[in-house]
Amino acid sequence: MLSSPPRDGKELRYILATDVGSTTTKARFFKRGEDGWRYVTSGEAPTTVEAPYEDVTMGVLNAVREIEELTGHRMITDNNDRILMPFDGKKGVDLYLTTSSAGGGLQMMVGGVVTEITAASANRACLGAGSIVMDVLALDDGRLPHEKIRRIKNLRPDMILLAGGTNGGSVKHVIGMAEVIAAAKPRCRLGEGYSLPLVYAGNIDARQHIEKMCCNDFSLTMIDNIRPDLDTEVIDPARRAVHELFMEHVMRQAPGYTKLMGWTDIDIMPTPAGEGNAMQLLAKAYGTNVLGVGLGGATTNVYSVFDGKFVRSVSANLGMSYSISNVLKEAGIQNILRWIPFKMETRDLQTRIKNKMIRPTTIPQTLEELIIEHAVAREALRLGLQHHKTIATRLKGIKVERNVGDILDQKMEETYIKMGSIGAIAGTGGLLSHAPRRVQSMIIMTDAFQTEGVTRLFQDSVFMMPHLGLLSTQYPDIALEIFKRDCLVPMGTVIAVTGEGKVGDEVIEVQLELDGKTVTKALKYGELCRIPLPERSTSHAKIQPKKGFDIGQGEGKMVEAEVYGGVVGLILDARGRPLKMPEDPAEKRARLLGWFKALDMYPRELLDRLGEGS
Amino acid sequence: MAPKGKSAEAHAYTPGLKIKSFETVSKERVLPIEGTVFLKVGDQVGFDTVVARSKIPGDPQMINIAETLGVDPGMIDGFLKKKPGDRVKKGEIIAQDKALFGLIKRFVYSPIDGQIETLSDVTGQAIIREDPIDIEVDSYIQGKVSRVIAGKGVDVTTNAAIVQGIFGIGGESFGDLSMAVDSPSERLAPEKITEKHKDKIIVGGSFVSEEAFLKAKSVGARGIIVGGIDVEELIDIIKEDIGVAITGEEDVGLTLIVTEGFGEMPMSTRAFNLLKSLEGSRASINGTTQIRAGVIRPEIIVPYDSSKEARAETEQLAHGMKPGTVVRIIRDPYFGKIATVTGLPIELVKVETESLVRVATVKLEGGSEATIPRANLEVIEE
Repeated sequence: MLSSPPRDGKELRYILATDVGSTTTKARFFKRGEDGWRYVTSGEAPTTVEAPYEDVTMGVLNAVREIEELTGHRMITDNNDRILMPFDGKKGVDLYLTTSSAGGGLQMMVGGVVTEITAASANRACLGAGSIVMDVLALDDGRLPHEKIRRIKNLRPDMILLAGGTNGGSVKHVIGMAEVIAAAKPRCRLGEGYSLPLVYAGNIDARQHIEKMCCNDFSLTMIDNIRPDLDTEVIDPARRAVHELFMEHVMRQAPGYTKLMGWTDIDIMPTPAGEGNAMQLLAKAYGTNVLGVGLGGATTNVYSVFDGKFVRSVSANLGMSYSISNVLKEAGIQNILRWIPFKMETRDLQTRIKNKMIRPTTIPQTLEELIIEHAVAREALRLGLQHHKTIATRLKGIKVERNVGDILDQKMEETYIKMGSIGAIAGTGGLLSHAPRRVQSMIIMTDAFQTEGVTRLFQDSVFMMPHLGLLSTQYPDIALEIFKRDCLVPMGTVIAVTGEGKVGDEVIEVQLELDGKTVTKALKYGELCRIPLPERSTSHAKIQPKKGFDIGQGEGKMVEAEVYGGVVGLILDARGRPLKMPEDPAEKRARLLGWFKALDMYPRELLDRLGEGS
Repeated sequence: MAPKGKSAEAHAYTPGLKIKSFETVSKERVLPIEGTVFLKVGDQVGFDTVVARSKIPGDPQMINIAETLGVDPGMIDGFLKKKPGDRVKKGEIIAQDKALFGLIKRFVYSPIDGQIETLSDVTGQAIIREDPIDIEVDSYIQGKVSRVIAGKGVDVTTNAAIVQGIFGIGGESFGDLSMAVDSPSERLAPEKITEKHKDKIIVGGSFVSEEAFLKAKSVGARGIIVGGIDVEELIDIIKEDIGVAITGEEDVGLTLIVTEGFGEMPMSTRAFNLLKSLEGSRASINGTTQIRAGVIRPEIIVPYDSSKEARAETEQLAHGMKPGTVVRIIRDPYFGKIATVTGLPIELVKVETESLVRVATVKLEGGSEATIPRANLEVIEE
């Protein structure tokens, strides 16, 4: 059910947007002034989806009330029962919209015939629609039918997407998968007395059988086959169906959402879908391939827009508070320790991380604790990207021509994500946005993603990407204007070489035009250097990698590029790729301390104190 | 653009864990699906009274008849010995194919006792569902039925003392409280645990080692309540690392409730003294923990005798901090210390990390003053 068509953007003066998160509801207020659209301020309040409140609108009104207090602009009715709309010349707003991830977000289960073909496509569609995919089941996933059935029964998803088979091909396998789902008779996670939505996006010839089998226990929606043939993946109909069913079924079961839906001018969207839209806005605005990351407390979302193709992945248990211990578990303790520039026993690190897990809302008060969280963040992002690469893959099942080199390499790399072709990276989420020095989040992302060549880095200023992403669906120009002016904080540019060497080897020489002067910087292997270059400044750079090193055009080949400034400036990274740390722990700690000081990442005196005895 | 003194992160505080000598506790005890409820409002229940019972559908098993017989799925009708709705025993023949005058025989046997639910002429699969399984829900706490939820279960209400832990493992249990240490800072040493702790809930002090835990298990204790536990020893006990704090299903022989956190940490004096004052009383405990939105903390509930008068008490949902509030510091550098709030500055304060945060000034138990981010303080609910 879609909301009424939007008004002309020129009529709008005030926009209110909220994101109902699982713990906090974040309101953002935007205003059109003489110089165009700007972000005004924020209000936040605990989300009220759980007992004893069980009405999300209470948290929304509390967050909006903070904005009222801060601005003096009234936007809640006298009865305190809804948002005042439209703006009447004195009070109210012209547009209200919201994203939501409360109550665990949209939790889906995916079924397909072949794990790497139809199930993979269905998985990509669900992720792109902003859902959390609880499991991907396929006939060839190695589980016995009764194991699959038990899994589906226990999962209790909000919705199921079933794909399988190409049009004109065999119907037997996808019907087999449907039988498994039908036998499980899964109950909905939220609400009782309504049928679980099942979206069928498989071989169209099997529709009659699926209908017969599933019409009683499910709310069935038939859409175009997601893989009409092996060479084609048609994601959009599935993504649209998921969005519509999310509104029609799932949202209506969550406490207070029916009321909230009555307030909004644009359909409610899952938070990650809004964030994904914002990443696409970034790619469009700067005309480049983009990698984006939302590093949250419970999950890490990674987005890529690569050659126009948008893909999202969500690592459900990689996060900085609720899931911090899982990052340690997945990454391994040595991988966390490699980013810590002082001596630390593994048991001590384990204890601190587990204590954060059980008290997830605490914040670091000491530099030592901050550096530990930054170490964990690098690993959460590294694992998040690793996971993303398994989703952002070439279509499997199609014929691919391989050259001799590929055959000798035994396998062609499956993902199409190449760090050297990523022009911009954007980060959002509490740890990145609240880093006391912006250079900290810039280097956390650089280390985790191991950028290659020339890459611009951005950060969400105060977490408004989901809000603007949703706004962009109806008012792209307004969203883009606010996005560029107040949402994206340009941190600067990283120039990173690929290749391996020894400490002391000459790696790179960079010639920059700065304030009308030519500045030359030469770096040796293992060095990092920060050069101030303010926001809205650019510099023409001639980058000459030495023999054995590459900046994107081949070993030893010079690259000329415009580099963009930001709140951090330029970082020249001569540590090589893949980034290797010294084996010796003392040497590793000394190297890290050297990097942190060279970049002015943390207060120097405190770093010296922490580094004593290392 | 926030004006001076206004935090961008308002409402940041950590609700405290309950340490209450008296509260009216109500527990909803319901079946996952509809069933029969045996009680009415006002009925008295013990710790393990069955309140409702039902049957859940058995697990289905799938077997591909067409593949097993090597025939086309559209033709399986001619080979069937059973049809949908028929009951079957494990090993009973569902379908068979006899060829060449009986020289070649192929059979499809039922893998379970159950009922044939469906047979597909497209895939050749049969779904056989196991017999329904009985499930029941018990009262968990001693008290009175205060509400009946038709077909699902009841609310049991009681006046009780309640202590919440920070983290636990193992599910619901009950037993008599037994103090095994003299002070909240004393470790629960293995030698303190003896045969007399069989069926008891042992209250320790600052730390339980793996050795002590296993000793408690071997004597048949039902639970341990303690300040802290070593991370690596906990992993040994539950045989896996904990990535996300969602627990309660562990099968470790008894329920463990940790009140403070990981490492050696003296149990809060208030919790220790309250439990000590209740020694010998029967308590319900549950180690189930869920640290996510909709947080669930482990709990110790000690119902009072029904003769004790009910006291009208409404739960305070979110009272904040004010000068004089007793708090626990829950992060380094003062982790575990108890303090009293002396001030709540409006303006944001820069801490060692250089973050600008909302803080509270506190007086530590020794008398010294400290400035702590409010997010790192936990109100002790009394």
